[in-house]
Amino acid sequence: MRFALVGQPNCGKSTLFNQVAGYRAETGNFSGTTITYTSSKVRVLGEIVEVVDLPGTYALAGTNPAEREVLCYLLSNPVDVIINVLDASHLSQGLNLTLELLELGLPVVVAANMMDEAARLGITLDGVKLQVILGVDVLPLIASKGRGVRNLFKTALEAAASGKVPIRAQYSLDIETEIHRLAENLDGQSATIGPDSMAIKLLEGETTLFRRIEKQVPEINTLIQDSRNEIETKRGRPAIFALSAERHGLAAQYAKQVVHQGERRVSKRDQLDRIFLHPFWGYVALVAILWVFFQSVYHFGSIFEGPILAYADDLTRLLVAHIGQGTLLAEILTGVMQGISGGVAIVLPYLLPFLFGLGFLEDIGYLPRLAFMMDALMNRMGLHGKAIVPFILGYGCNVPAVMSTRLMEDRRDRFLAATLATLVPCAARLAVVFGLVAFYLGPQIALLIYLFNLLVIAATGRFLSHILPESAPGLILEMPVYRLPVLKTVLHKMWFRAREFIVEAWPLLIAGSVVLALFSWLELDHVINLISRPLTWLLGLPSEVGVPLMFGILRKELSLVMLRQALHVADFATALSPVQMISFTVFVVFYVPCLATLAALKRELGGRAMLAIALLTVLIAVGAALIARGVAMLFL
Amino acid sequence: MHLLQVQNGKTVRVIKINGGQGMVHKLHQLGLLPGDYARVLRHAPLGGPVMVEVGGRSIALGRGVASRIEVVDDGLEPI
Repeated sequence: MRFALVGQPNCGKSTLFNQVAGYRAETGNFSGTTITYTSSKVRVLGEIVEVVDLPGTYALAGTNPAEREVLCYLLSNPVDVIINVLDASHLSQGLNLTLELLELGLPVVVAANMMDEAARLGITLDGVKLQVILGVDVLPLIASKGRGVRNLFKTALEAAASGKVPIRAQYSLDIETEIHRLAENLDGQSATIGPDSMAIKLLEGETTLFRRIEKQVPEINTLIQDSRNEIETKRGRPAIFALSAERHGLAAQYAKQVVHQGERRVSKRDQLDRIFLHPFWGYVALVAILWVFFQSVYHFGSIFEGPILAYADDLTRLLVAHIGQGTLLAEILTGVMQGISGGVAIVLPYLLPFLFGLGFLEDIGYLPRLAFMMDALMNRMGLHGKAIVPFILGYGCNVPAVMSTRLMEDRRDRFLAATLATLVPCAARLAVVFGLVAFYLGPQIALLIYLFNLLVIAATGRFLSHILPESAPGLILEMPVYRLPVLKTVLHKMWFRAREFIVEAWPLLIAGSVVLALFSWLELDHVINLISRPLTWLLGLPSEVGVPLMFGILRKELSLVMLRQALHVADFATALSPVQMISFTVFVVFYVPCLATLAALKRELGGRAMLAIALLTVLIAVGAALIARGVAMLFL
Repeated sequence: MHLLQVQNGKTVRVIKINGGQGMVHKLHQLGLLPGDYARVLRHAPLGGPVMVEVGGRSIALGRGVASRIEVVDDGLEPI
């Protein structure tokens, strides 16, 4: 038996899921995409049930790739009951989605969540009346405290067992006529939903179902177009909007009948926006929050990184001594160990606290505020406030940064945000900046490189937004109320995001290290140095730097390790001038994202976009390194 | 009058949305349609977005979006 959790963003759906799932939850990919959902086996009244937590969406016709998967999933997988989680404090908004779910012809149970928050806002809900109106069970829930969870799942199990399908609300007569006309041609076309539901979704422009039905009923395209035209001429707006406007009106009407708005208690929480969104104090808070965030991640990480790497080095030496120094096997083993320890030293100490902090800021409701405050600035780079998330993630690791662009509606915005995010120096590149520039030339110069980086990103954004004119209108983002994060949910989110890195990026990290080991064993160094000589000459670097630069593509932080090997020195100051250090570092900061990031770019945006971004970053890197070199020559 | 011209704290009625399909779709999703009442909560500094409350939910709207939402002040309050 399978239960699907469906609800709008910020309705507490994932909190409910984590209450029942525990840590046995599994992630799965929607077929053919990188978008993941989580599911878990849960025991309800002695029966084992699979609970699937689908992405939050405001409506079934989603505007971004993650949202669109919800309907896709419901159309192609057998679901025994939909548990619709509804934020009781925004009932009329939430009912829009509920009305859509009732149309699908699947058993539905409604969970009115956040009853405590509704009470705080002076809202009382007549659950019995709502139950009568909707024709399905409505249960009170406070997911954050685990209240009402047992009862909800018990009722859901009963609903699933009875298989009773709710009766959908009726649209106006003219729309119903078109629905019926289409539905007549759709009998038996779907195993999961009925003909009426299919007709409604096809009118709204659903594509997966359409492609499937088109094969059986070739004339369906003309039929849909006719019906859409009919509605559009009568209503003066496209069919999809005519339908959603009717549901919106109905939802508001229902809400009016069951919601009683009493006196609202003003709490400290309502006052928070006065600080966080204040024209002056808001920015002070923003800088302070991000500063504390990055400082704690950095300090936490540096406690563990050294010992982990030292331990791995000892272990490698021990293993190599067993096998015999200089053999092929020993080289490969060293490569594998470097890949593993590199991952452990990045993931555990830096990425985990980073993702924990991010999840915390997200769940408390600060990230949307950050988007609000940064929107004006991001506009100047041709993006809107939402793109701040991939940016911040980029400082940890570019892979999750690129993945996070899927929350943006527009393909052009996703491309632009991903391109700029790959220019953000990740933790691995931080190691190069710190290990070379900060160590030999002082932290001020390192800071200057970071500021220069921001400048280049801004310029690139401006340039790209000129050639790719804006198609999306700008920021449209819900500002959820501030909430105390539930530790379990934050930990869960951290773990799932870290797992994306482990599955996607780590194997490539290890493979890259092995290739590296093979190259050095086969002594192919000088071939690479020769090929890359034009570039190293242009940047005023010794030709030996070619190998570290080439292999920095496999693993960014390796470019520093490799540089030491390539130059055969322990102290960089004896082999490189300060100017050379600066142009090397600046080039490393910008050029070609690492292999794992390239893979993420290919999956999110396609092969051509990946190549375009890689090429662009090389051009930017050469330009930026030349500028930095010129400036450095003037002052150093 | 459009949404950008509305002062903080004022409640206005949306009469028309002059946006493309994508923008109208997103606004429909968040429950902001012609006929709805929206209360302007605050304007962000430096030409940033406008924050409005509609149906109990707060939404941030970029300037480009807000300038395309036509509103009237009909003196009524939503129920």
